[in-house]
Amino acid sequence: MEDPLSRYDSLVDDPAAFHAACDRPLPSVVRVNEIKATPRRVRQAFEETGVEFEPVEWHDGLLRLGDDESPGNSWPFVHGWVYGQEEVSAVPALALDPVPGERVLDCCAAPGSKTTQLAARMDDRGLLVGNDNNLGRLSALRSNAERCGVSNLVVTRQDARNFSLKPFSGERFDRTLVDAPCSCEGTVRKNPDAVESWSLDHVEGIAGVQKGVLGRSIEVTRSGGTVVYSTCTFAPEENESVLQHAIENYDCRLVEFDLPLRSDPGITEWADGTFDESMRRAKRIYPHQNDTGGFFCAKLEVGA
Amino acid sequence: MTDGDEGAPIEENEGSRFDRLPATADERTVEGRPTRAAVVDWWVERFDLDPETFESYTFWEKGAGKVWAFADDIESPADVEGLGMTFLRARQEHWKPTTDAVQRFGREADRNVVVLEDEEARAFLRGEDTDPEWGGDWGYLIAAHEIASGIEPIGVGLYLYGELRSQMPKGRQREL
Repeated sequence: MEDPLSRYDSLVDDPAAFHAACDRPLPSVVRVNEIKATPRRVRQAFEETGVEFEPVEWHDGLLRLGDDESPGNSWPFVHGWVYGQEEVSAVPALALDPVPGERVLDCCAAPGSKTTQLAARMDDRGLLVGNDNNLGRLSALRSNAERCGVSNLVVTRQDARNFSLKPFSGERFDRTLVDAPCSCEGTVRKNPDAVESWSLDHVEGIAGVQKGVLGRSIEVTRSGGTVVYSTCTFAPEENESVLQHAIENYDCRLVEFDLPLRSDPGITEWADGTFDESMRRAKRIYPHQNDTGGFFCAKLEVGA
Repeated sequence: MTDGDEGAPIEENEGSRFDRLPATADERTVEGRPTRAAVVDWWVERFDLDPETFESYTFWEKGAGKVWAFADDIESPADVEGLGMTFLRARQEHWKPTTDAVQRFGREADRNVVVLEDEEARAFLRGEDTDPEWGGDWGYLIAAHEIASGIEPIGVGLYLYGELRSQMPKGRQREL
């Protein structure tokens, strides 16, 4: 069978490097949980106990562990000082950029790497809502948040396409993260299954869910507020096409944002269709660019 | 009964939802529910914390005596799956802090903190009883150890008859 990722050869600058990177395994990475520790203290604790690590150039709160290190078996993990997280998945919380005291929704939150990162960026103050619709995944979210010492989180179990503001006095959020369920092509370096079971039907089916989740997220975010849409997949059907649907049907627009790592702009043409020029404000991150997983991220301003 | 105006009615605790704790006993409407003041005083007193630590927190009961600490506030009762973190087990003779809360707030504690040696700390994390040097109170203590030039809480220990019984929950026990 042809590699499904070959459909993106026309989008990347160096297809051979792209495929080679997709075939390499990823190192274990931990993010420092700044509710409980500082990067300096985590580095010192790892050094004291002989855990091998190296810094990640673009983010001082991320540490790449040596090949034989398992993040779960160390005092820093026990203390909730670190969270095992693929480095590129630290991107959406940076793009959402919440501040302490705000009202923030993470509508597809479990198992909680980005939720706990948002809590830390909020200094554990204000209202953070972590929602998911799967009970098993919610229990992972709760235990991860507890270990990280997050105390400003409300956990809800709702279908994000019909998210209700009732528990929150009907008041909308300042910022919403939509880290959408997706076909996960970009995680191929960790889970080769993601590509082995690939089908266009699956991609198109999940795009329908993504449109519903993003649409509702825009509705529950206040005018002037921010929505960040992210996936760990390359398929334009799940990225630009979902955003195109949002800007045509809801009061919102894509805005520019900065990232400290290499990326390509979102695309404006795919298959037989074209997308709005503003898609170029989105960011596509390919595995060969920063030696990470693949990722997509866009920032929207609501009601502007 | 001719007068319906005799103070707040007494209700039963509804265990499946979160109810905000009353500020003081005068505002209590649910029998046996601990007050916010009592919960904060217990923590501040037992571990000698700055009373301002919990100033912006709201406290909630879900289940019988399970108290949660939340850094913000929402409408009560709250029909949600989680609200802040588990904080304290009340409605029993000896109130018991949770592992999560001890790890989150215990770093600032100046009283009832027992600092374990390396080997003891590992045994405590495995869920085993230890025999540390301790001349202080009996009851629930914060078990801590030294790491990266500081004292860091590990969890809750019950000190009785010269022995520290690890209260690490099964899912948090580790062999390091």
